[in-house]
Formats: sequence, structure tokens, C-alpha cells
Amino acid sequence: MMIGQMTDSMLGHLQVHRKGYLASIDNLPLNMNLRLPSYKKLEGILNQQPEIEAYSPRIKFGGMFSTFVETTNIRLNGVYPDRELKTVPLLPSRVTNGGGKPLEKGEIWIPELMSKSMKVNIGDTVVVIATNKDGSVNGKQFKVSGILESITGPGGRDGYIHIEDAMEVLRMEEMEVSEVAIRLKDFGRLQSFSNKLEGILSGELTKQGKPMFEVHTWEKLSPFYNIARMIDLMALFIKLMLIAIVLISIMNVMIMAVYERIREIGTIAAIGTLPGKILSLFVMEGFSLGLLGVISGNILGLIIIAVINFSKITFSFGRQTGLILSAKVTPMDMLVVSLIVIVISMIASLQPAFKASRMEPIKALRHV
Amino acid sequence: MGLVVAENITKIYSVVATKVSKDYQVGEIAIRALNGVSFEIEPASFVSFVGPSGSGKTTLLNLIGCLDKPTEGKLEVAGTDVLHLDRKQSAKFRGENIGFIFQDFNLIPVLTVYENIEYPLIMVQNVVSAERKRRVMTLLEAVGMADQKDKYPDQISGGQKQRVAIARALVTNPKLVLADEPTANLDHKTAFMVLESMKKMRNEFQTTFIFSTHDQKIVGEAEIIYSLQPLLSHLGLYLFCSLFLSQVLLRT
Repeated sequence: MMIGQMTDSMLGHLQVHRKGYLASIDNLPLNMNLRLPSYKKLEGILNQQPEIEAYSPRIKFGGMFSTFVETTNIRLNGVYPDRELKTVPLLPSRVTNGGGKPLEKGEIWIPELMSKSMKVNIGDTVVVIATNKDGSVNGKQFKVSGILESITGPGGRDGYIHIEDAMEVLRMEEMEVSEVAIRLKDFGRLQSFSNKLEGILSGELTKQGKPMFEVHTWEKLSPFYNIARMIDLMALFIKLMLIAIVLISIMNVMIMAVYERIREIGTIAAIGTLPGKILSLFVMEGFSLGLLGVISGNILGLIIIAVINFSKITFSFGRQTGLILSAKVTPMDMLVVSLIVIVISMIASLQPAFKASRMEPIKALRHV
Repeated sequence: MGLVVAENITKIYSVVATKVSKDYQVGEIAIRALNGVSFEIEPASFVSFVGPSGSGKTTLLNLIGCLDKPTEGKLEVAGTDVLHLDRKQSAKFRGENIGFIFQDFNLIPVLTVYENIEYPLIMVQNVVSAERKRRVMTLLEAVGMADQKDKYPDQISGGQKQRVAIARALVTNPKLVLADEPTANLDHKTAFMVLESMKKMRNEFQTTFIFSTHDQKIVGEAEIIYSLQPLLSHLGLYLFCSLFLSQVLLRT
């Protein structure tokens, strides 16, 4: 859900920049933008990729934001609104105020924080002043037409204007592009497409013979990816701990089962049960315990998931509040965990089972 | 079957023991529990080993039942020299030839009367379902427990438990049944009833029954009685214990 929120309302699935842009993305360097010929070349390549659903060129820049009373700095994205919406379709859902109208020329969407701190509302007139790459300063008046909810991640607190307005503010004679955000038809094929696109774009070289473009998936662009990785790692450790608990519990149960039944083992061994059969009896008991645990655990787990989803529990993540906790487990996860539990149960029962099968009937029968 | 040839007559024995001895090792000291015992038991006999505690009755039954091996001597059970059977062969041999009746009944508490009797046919002899049912029901009728077949061991009396144990011992059609003090935990009346059941089964199935007891009142029920005497006299026992204790104390 959070990944979808980031990719579909801000980052896109992957982005293409001029080589080296990402290393200095914090400064939003205008001199690292893709020039028009490079962008046209990139556009030609992207248009030929059937996996791409949409892509959106962006001009990113930093400037001053003035309400005529107060002034602060702002990071802005100049976009073609229609193409941006196709690439990041959840962007309008972040516009908390604005009546759902698309961004027009001469209009600006500003971050919620700025709206609150500067007391700027829909319909207010503001001025954006920016320095272009040659150092000359220019300003333009905008009408605020949307307040954007902030979200975690890069660009989560940026404002939006029309790309032609951005060109005007930056006094660009021809279009230059900071980044191209891409949306794929199938998010599942992100990695393979990223590799493919990287392969294609690596053939595009500058006059100096250096690569012209760089491709980054959302994972490389978002710090959330590292957090998600950390959570995955923690989940893995929890799984390992659970496996250890299952192993120890079953082994404990089986050791006690053997200890408590020494006389019974002696009896069945005395009446001719072969050691191999005694071994298999106890391994089967371990298997049955595991199977029973898996069945009851899966049923209980599914009930808990259903209860959580039914209760619509909300939580906060960063500045976002009211996120609905949506618990789910994939059939593959259930299958893998079930198999692990059953195998571990059988492994845990092996030692006690082996001990039972090696027991001398005469000694076992004497056991009190 | 064991064959003993004498004067051109082939005679089949259930058990043939020749100078059988058994030593138990306690630390570095070997304790002799049986000393050169020899006897022959014919099929379908109803035999009792009698003697006081420590005379070696249980040891001898364990040897005949292939649960233990003699230290010296030769022992043939159901025609097989059991001295050289390994662990797995011993288990297989017991399953095919010997039935056991224990002093404490040793029924499996989580199985019903029917299932307890059926157990050896599933886990030991792999008998098909219909045949299993026929054999179990025949024996349940024979020991008079058919109406109790769905009860668990803790729902029946001691005498009934032992009758179930007799049925379990016989269900695999063994050549001999060994019963170590089968009446020790029963009152006299029940003990006689159990022995009557055993005799009835012997007559019906022509199985050799060998049981041990130290109860003089029921010894008379046996047709052949072997008497065992303790190897250590009271003085000998006193000397042995002193020697053993002194060794233990010296070590500690």
C-alpha cells in the first residue's frame, strides 16, 4: 500500500535522469538537466517500449515563494498535468483542497505545510522567483489551485506548476528536462524492464563517449525502500525465531512423549514391533502435531486477518494519518510456512523417535 | 520347530535350554542370575517356573522371550537358536513366535480393548483388515471380553485387563506364550480365573504357556513345574553386599 502510494502519487515506477543527476538531486541542479536533443532521443526510445503505460517529463527546480507578506523557499516540479496524471494517477488524491480540477497554466499546487505556515489558501495569488542556470533571476505570479498532502519520501513536499510556466520562470528557450518518470503496465516486471531499459540507454553516449542517461527504480529513489528492507529483515528474524520455538516445542513434547511412554515402548518392542516401525510411529506423531498445528494455525491466522480487516484499524506513518491497516497473507507464504512447520516438526521428533526405537525392551519394561 | 533326536525318534520342543547361564555386570562385579539351567518344554505344555524373588524366573523368561541373551549355554526357542539373533531379528522372531503377558498387564492406555488386541496384527504382522477382525473377535469371545471391546483399559478391572493381555498375546498365533507373574497384581479368585483362561486358550489353540510365579497357591495349576533356587544363600548375599558396598565406598 505504501509502495503504491509512493510510486503512484509521486515517484512513478522508475525514472530516467541525465547521468550524474541523482548524485546531486538535493541541489536540483539545472545544469544537469537533459537538453532537448537528449530528451527527444529518450522520448523516441520510450515510445518504442510496449511495457510502458505512460511517462512524464519534469523540470525540477528550487525557488522563492512569496505571498507578498512572507517569503520562503520552495521546490517545484514543472509538469504536463495530463501526462503526470497518467504516470502518477494517485497524485490528485493528494490534493486535499482544490475541487479536483486539473492543474492549469498560471496555477500552482503547494504543499500543505507551506499552506498552513504561510496561511495561503485556494485562490490566493503568490509569486515564485527562481534563478536560472545562467544566474539571472525571474519571477512569475501564480494562483494557488491546490493544497498537496505531504507524503514520506523524496519529492513528497514539492509543489507543482505547469511545465511551460517552469520554462518561463527559468527562461528556458527550449525545453530541458530534469527527470522522466515512467509508469509500467505491469509493476511486477519492474526489475526486468529496468534492466532492459538500462541496456538500451547504455548505448546512448555523449560526445565525450560517456553514458548519457541513468535509470533508477523507485527503490533506489526512496529511503522507504531501506526501511522496508529492514522490516523484511526483522520479519525474517522473527520467522527464524518462530521456527526455533516450533523446533524446541515439538522436541520438548516429543521427548516428554518418549519419556512418559517408556513402558509402552518396551511393551510394543517386546511384542515384536521392529525398531524402524517404532521410529516411524514417533516421526508420524511429530508430523501429525505439525499438521494439526498448521491447520489450526492457518485457520486462526485467517480469522485474525479477517478480524483486522473488518475492524479497519488505522495508524499513522510519518505525517500521514488514518492509514488503514490492511493485513494479508499470500497463499504461497501460507504454503511455505506450513511446509517449514511440518518439516521442522518431523526433524524435531527424529531425535526422540530414534531414542525410542533404540530402547532395549527389557530396560524399558523395567522403567517405573 | 526345535528338533532333538534321540533313539531315532524326532521330538519337537518349544524350548530347549542347555546349561544356560546369565551374568549381570554391576560395575566391575559380575552377578550370576542363572547358573547352568537345562530343560526341555514340549509344545502345548502348561509350564510354571516357581521360586522366590531373586531365583532368576524373570531372567529365564527374558532369555526364552529373546529380550535378553544368555552369557553361556545354548538356547533354542521354537526350533531357532536364539543366541545369534541380532536386535532386528529378535524383534521379528518375537513378533512371529512369542506372545507376552505382563505382570502389570501393559495395555496401551489410549487404545480400546479391541485396538489393544488388534495392535500386533497391524504393527507386527501386517494382517489384512477382514482377517484382523475375525481373529480379534474370536479371541475376545474366547476370553469373554467381547462385550467390553470398546472400553479403554482404565475402564475395566485387573482380571479383565489380564484377559485382554492373554488375547493380545495369542492373536498373532504364537508358538509359545510367556507370562511373567501374570497373577501377581490380582486377588486369588481373579488369579485362578486368569489361569483358567490361559489353560482354556492352551487347549483351544495348542499354544505352549510358560509362566512364572512365586505364589505357592497357584503353582498347582501348572502341569509342569520347574523350581528355581536363588544362587546366593543368605550368608553369601551378606558377603556379596558387603563386598559391593566396600567397593562403592572405596571409589567414592
